[in-house]
Amino acid sequence: MAIRINGQEVAAPQDARVSLLDLLREQLHLTGTKVGCNQGACGACTVLVDGARVLSCLTLAAQADGRSVTTIEGLGSAEAPHPLQSAFIAHDGFQCGYCTPGQICAAAAMLREIAAGVPSYVTADLTAPALPTRDEIRERMSGNLCRCGAHNGIVDAILRVAEEQAA
Amino acid sequence: MNPVTYHRAASVAQALESSAAPGHRLLGGGTNLVDLMRKGIERPTGLIDVTQLSETIALAEDGSLLVGAAARNSAVAAHPLVRSRTPMLARAILAGASAQVRNMATIGGNLMQRTRCLYFQDEAGSRCNKRDPGSGCDAYGGFNRYHAVIGGSPACIAVHPSDMCVALAAFDARVRVAGASGTRAIALVDFHRLPGDRPDLETLLEPGEVIEAVEIPAFAGPSAYRKVRDRASYAFALVSVAAGLVIEEGRVADIRIAFGGIAPKPWRAFRAEAALRGAAVTQAAIDAAMAAEFADAAPLPGNAFKIDLAGRTLSALLAELSGSDR
Ligand SMILES: Cc1cc2nc3c(=O)[nH]c(=O)nc-3n(C[C@H](O)[C@H](O)[C@H](O)COP(=O)(O)OP(=O)(O)OC[C@H]3O[C@@H](n4cnc5c(N)ncnc54)[C@H](O)[C@@H]3O)c2cc1C
Ligand code: FES
Ligand code: FES
Repeated sequence: MAIRINGQEVAAPQDARVSLLDLLREQLHLTGTKVGCNQGACGACTVLVDGARVLSCLTLAAQADGRSVTTIEGLGSAEAPHPLQSAFIAHDGFQCGYCTPGQICAAAAMLREIAAGVPSYVTADLTAPALPTRDEIRERMSGNLCRCGAHNGIVDAILRVAEEQAA
Repeated sequence: MNPVTYHRAASVAQALESSAAPGHRLLGGGTNLVDLMRKGIERPTGLIDVTQLSETIALAEDGSLLVGAAARNSAVAAHPLVRSRTPMLARAILAGASAQVRNMATIGGNLMQRTRCLYFQDEAGSRCNKRDPGSGCDAYGGFNRYHAVIGGSPACIAVHPSDMCVALAAFDARVRVAGASGTRAIALVDFHRLPGDRPDLETLLEPGEVIEAVEIPAFAGPSAYRKVRDRASYAFALVSVAAGLVIEEGRVADIRIAFGGIAPKPWRAFRAEAALRGAAVTQAAIDAAMAAEFADAAPLPGNAFKIDLAGRTLSALLAELSGSDR
């Protein structure tokens, strides 16, 4: 088996202690994914595994064997940015930029979750589909901290992309 | 982290076979175990990934909901059956952690997750009877805002951190467990142990046993879950309440109450339920029920506020459930 990372097959490491985060950064030099707390609390290391947002710091690389991983490098590039990347720039969704790759990976999956009808803690009626409101987005993005406090711009950027997708 | 081997179990039988080996531990999403391994608190030599086991979410013949141990927390909360039949369970799961953690976390792992007590987590600097039996407990004289007000012992006042388990405790869930000699069912309210003088023993699961599924019986009335915490999201509970309520002719025909954040295990409030059954839901009745429930409480200066907070949260939730909160 192998791990498919941004479309490329990579062998899972021999040492089972290696986290997916360390595989990405230290062995593959995909340094877009950031190390924050390394204990699940900040979301800086968020990547997509089979399309679902997860924390690469608490995922062993071995657990991703046979799965498909998308990092910020796989979502968009400087030449062909993902709509969320453009919206973060337009709405000042960052200051230092450290949390940004995690924010954008999380937001990309989050918008798909809303589209698929997945509820959140603040969804009033659990049996009805949720809408991408400011409150919903804040709750759903609470796993991604921003030390610069760019949250208002982050929510604005995500709302804009949600509106574009709905149009 | 110590060197560790990794392999995946394709069946419960395989998981049982491998988990009998010394030093081997089951691995769900890894959100708790990998973290504790990195902190040096857990030191397994072998990991058996059990995420390939059953992740079924379905109705059993008796109308109870059956959830496979490998089902991800996010999948359970989003499932139409869970949202329509047991909304408090969906809400409780959604109240926990972040979307990323819920995508990773399994039901089995959620049941078995260990306390977030800061002294337990601080391997290098703190005494903890749970981590290092006999060493002492630094929570008593320390920062105990997040610790238990009831059910603790002189040895340990660490709180069970799960939101999901509070809902499961309220609704008489059963944990289906497989072992070398067959399977058994354990009531969720018995599954987690009180610390007594052995805070290192946390559940009734025997070494080598594997959680296969959780069964949640149907409940006839409306149900809800409410969590109070130091920030609006992505924080463990100071207090949480799961409740279900059936009112007939103005009186309580059936009621379920469980608290989180206040005890070493999900705290089913049997005394409060008994006090409220047959009564009208008034503030006086709730106050009397809370007094009965917390008669044996042992609050500390840092956490005594939780008893009032639990009562107020319960009042608000019962008002919501009886439709009188407007
Ligand atoms: C930053 C952060 C915030 C969090 N906040 C909350 C919160 O607010 N509320 C909340 O409820 N939780 C919270 N959690 C905890 C989270 O819910 C648990 O970590 C998660 O449920 C554990 O599931 P897992 O599958 O990842 O378990 P793992 O880490 O894989 O395993 C945990 C334990 O379960 C055992 N285990 C796993 N599967 C089985 C099985 N089938 N049979 C027997 N034993 C098994 C393992 O051996 C291990 O001992 C938080 C976690 C993090 C990291
Ligand atoms: S680095 Fe993974 S959550 Fe902080
Ligand atoms: S932009 Fe600096 S941490 Fe978020």
